Parts: sequence; structure tokens; C-alpha cells
Amino acid sequence: MEDLSRFPLRLEGPDAPMVRFDHVTKRYGDLVVLEDFCLDVAEGEMVTVIGPSGSGKTTVLRILMLERIQEGVIYVDGAPISHMEKKGRLVPASERYLRRAREPIGMCFQHFNLFPHMTAIQNCMEGPVQVLGLSRQDARERAEELLEMVGMIEKKDEHPSRLSGGQQQRVAIARALAMRPKVMLFDEVTSALDPEVIGEVTEVIRKLVHEHRLTMLMVTHQMGFAADISDRVCFFYGGRIEEQGTPEELFGNPQKERTQQFLSAVKSAG
Amino acid sequence: MFDWDWAFTLEILPRLLEATLNTLIAAGAGYVIAVFLGLAFALAQRTPFRALTLGVREAVEFIRSTPLVLQIFFVFFVGPQFGVTLSPWTAGMIAIGLHYSAYLSEVYRGGIESVPKGQWEAAAALSLSTRDTYFRIIIPQALPPSLAGMGNYLVGIFKDTPMLSVIGVAELMHTANAIGSENYRYLEPYTMVGIIFLCISLPAAAMVRSFEAWVRRKLGLS
Ligand SMILES: Nc1ncnc2c1ncn2[C@@H]1O[C@H](COP(=O)(O)OP(=O)(O)O)[C@@H](O)[C@H]1O
Ligand SMILES: [Mg+2]
Repeated sequence: MEDLSRFPLRLEGPDAPMVRFDHVTKRYGDLVVLEDFCLDVAEGEMVTVIGPSGSGKTTVLRILMLERIQEGVIYVDGAPISHMEKKGRLVPASERYLRRAREPIGMCFQHFNLFPHMTAIQNCMEGPVQVLGLSRQDARERAEELLEMVGMIEKKDEHPSRLSGGQQQRVAIARALAMRPKVMLFDEVTSALDPEVIGEVTEVIRKLVHEHRLTMLMVTHQMGFAADISDRVCFFYGGRIEEQGTPEELFGNPQKERTQQFLSAVKSAG
Repeated sequence: MFDWDWAFTLEILPRLLEATLNTLIAAGAGYVIAVFLGLAFALAQRTPFRALTLGVREAVEFIRSTPLVLQIFFVFFVGPQFGVTLSPWTAGMIAIGLHYSAYLSEVYRGGIESVPKGQWEAAAALSLSTRDTYFRIIIPQALPPSLAGMGNYLVGIFKDTPMLSVIGVAELMHTANAIGSENYRYLEPYTMVGIIFLCISLPAAAMVRSFEAWVRRKLGLS
């Protein structure tokens, strides 16, 4: 049994990060993907994760939203999400606690994963109505506002099968935002898109960065975009953060050899 | 060679049609049981409770590997030994409903497994409850691919209703047998039974196909 007594029950104070991975280990069977992983993301900060395929980038997002960890604790907005407090101690979170604790997090996927049997606006109303308990009227207004923001209001009554990839991804972003998350996760949201529509999705994310005080954790292969909008860039290698810094530092003057190799490989490929 | 008796045919037709109604009721009631119980079986096999999952899986396997007629006899004749005495109708509906629910649970299972993993993840990312995830996200998408199988078993259950005659349910086959033995003529009643089955099965299969297409359109899936 893991000793959890060294982990605080809550993160408090003005310096508390919005997201903290505190010595987290994630295994799939025998495969250790993340070991003793630590990362803080401040409120309102945009952190981008780059790195070679298989280095654990997606896993970092998935353990926030979709999967359990084997060791360590994850905190979001001050509260633990991987664990819950019981009689003054941390114990592994119950399913019910986990679901509540993850409510302040929104996630967008590489393959959009819109619900195909619902129209764009129904996709955006589902969470607010079923989970947050909004009235259909309120949920509709909120969804329309967000579809307007992502430029999809004209297509609000279309099913996903009738939308292009870029359009589907914009609806998916609106769907996640409709839950009023404090933290947004983007996992390679432009990787499945045709080059000519990537811009319409990055524009939406850019807008979010500039107009909303959302905390964001984004995995991307688009170095230019990452350099443009990130507060901080983390270079992943073998399940660890090999190097991190501001875009200027990491892209302009990488210190580690692996970072340099990766960046030059990406540059010559792209 | 054939001495087909038209007058006799006309005379027995009303009785056969009345029995057809019973057959349709038996098939319909059995099917309704199977549709819901089958869903319960399919969902039970996906719970985190291992004992329940395994128990239901074994039961489904068992039902699928033993003949329907045995199950009908069992419910009707063995039931009373355990203090469960049922009318032929009730016993028949239970047996046939149970039998087909095992098959339908497999159809649903296939349908549920055909829903992409990303749909579960999207539901989880919205913090939807397990119940909402199943009933609002997964099952509506599992339905269209299940409809063809569901339709086949609807026709199947209808064609299996004659087995209920063995415990005396007054469906079509039972009535044809009775007419035959009362009049010592079997050609006309049995032929008519065949024709009646054909007249119902064929349009039913076509209707199932157009219903499937309609549901897909309705759900915006095609
Ligand atoms: N569900 C899973 N089961 C087993 N191994 C997995 C699973 N998901 C990811 N992995 C493994 O974890 C490692 C990191 O994967 P991932 O986080 O997806 O990498 P990235 O997103 O950086 O390409 C890889 O070796 C991958 O094969
Ligand atoms: Mg990945």
C-alpha cells in the first residue's frame, strides 16, 4: 500500500497551481508510461506538450480525465481528483467522486468524438442538461453562444456526418466549453485534419487563450502554433519532461541534446 | 392426385385465422420479453461485478445450446415440482421470451461493441453518469447495427411459435392439428398454415429492413 501521508489533502494559498501532478506513476500492466511525474500548471496558463510519438503526451491528459493512476496524487483547482479525503486521509477516489472531481475539466480529442446521433447543438447541450442540470432553454442559449464563438452557429442543426473535420472539431470545442471548465485539455486536435482547415481550429484556440482565463494543457505537433500561444512548452521524452521553458527558450535555445535532435527532425520534416 | 377440398378450406379458414391472431400475440409477447430481458442480459454482462457477469454469461450460453422445445417442456412440466404452476400460455411466453432474450443479448453485445471507444471517452469527458452514457450515448448508436439481428429473431420467434403447441397453446399449429384429427384431413390445414406463415414472414422481413433504414435516418447516422 502506497504511503499517501506526505501528500496534502488540499492545495491552498495564492500560489496553489490549477493542476498539479504530484509524483504520479501510470502503468499499463507492466509497461511504465509515467514514473514519478511532476508538473504544475498555473491558473490561466497555457502549457504545450511536445515530443516524439509514444513519449507519454496523451497519457498525461488521459490520467486527468479518463484513467486512474497507480501512484502519486493529481490535484485540480485545489482538490485531489485521483484520491478523496476520508477521515483526514487520502484514499483512492470512488467512481462517483472521480466523476464530480473531473467536472471542472474539459477535453478535446484528435478524432473529435462528437455524438453522431445528435446535432451540433444537441452535442453541446448534452452535458449541461444531464450533468449540470441546466434547463433545456438555458443550455440552448449557452450552446448557441458557444457555437457562435466557434463560428458554427449556422450549422447548429446539422449532424456530425454532414460536417467537415474542422467543423466537427470546432463543435467539439464548443461542447467541452459548454461545461464551463476551468481546465481544457487538447490532444492533437489538428492532427486528423486536412491542412487547409487546421487554421480554423487553431484560430478558435487562439481566441480562447486571448479572451478567456482558461487553464490549458495542449499536446500538439504544430511547433509554430505552440510557439505562438504557449506560456510554457514541455518537451517529453520517454515518459519524462526532458526540458521545459518559455517558447523562446525551448525553441530558440534548447539546452538538451534530445530536444535539439527532436526540433531539428521536426523542422526538416515539416 | 391431390384432392384439394376448397369447401373444406373455406370452412376451416376462420378458425385458422383466429389461431393466427393467437400466434401473433404469442410471438409479440415473447418478443417484447426478449427485447427487454435481452438488454438486461447484455448490460449485466458489462457490470464490474464479476459473479453477475459470469453467471449471466453462463446462463446465456446454456440457453443458446439447448433446444427451445426442451425449455418449453421444462418451464411447463418441471415448474410445478418447484411449486410454480403456470398456464400453457404463461409458461410458453416465459420459455420463448427467455430463449430469445439469450440470442438478443448477443445481438446487443455486438451492437454495443461496435460503438467506437472514443464515444465512451467523450461521454466520460462530459462527466456523464454510467446510466446516461448507456442510454443516451451508447445504446442509440448500438441500435442500428443491432436492428438486422433483432429483425431476424422477430421472424424467428414467429416461426418458432408452433413449438408452443406441444404444451397446448392454441396457436396456429395446434389448431391445424386439431382440425386435422377432427376431420381426418391434414392436407388443407397444414398447407394453409404454411401459406399463412409465408404471408406474414415475408412482408415482416421487408418491413424490418425499411424500419432499420428509417431509424438510421432518424438518428442522423446515414
Ligand atoms: N491503453 C494502453 N494500454 C497499453 N499501453 C498503452 C495504452 N495507452 C498508451 N500506451 C503506451 O503508453 C506509451 C505512451 O503512449 P501515449 O501517451 O499515447 O504517447 P504519445 O501521446 O506521446 O504518442 C506508449 O508506449 C503506448 O504504447
Ligand atoms: Mg498521443
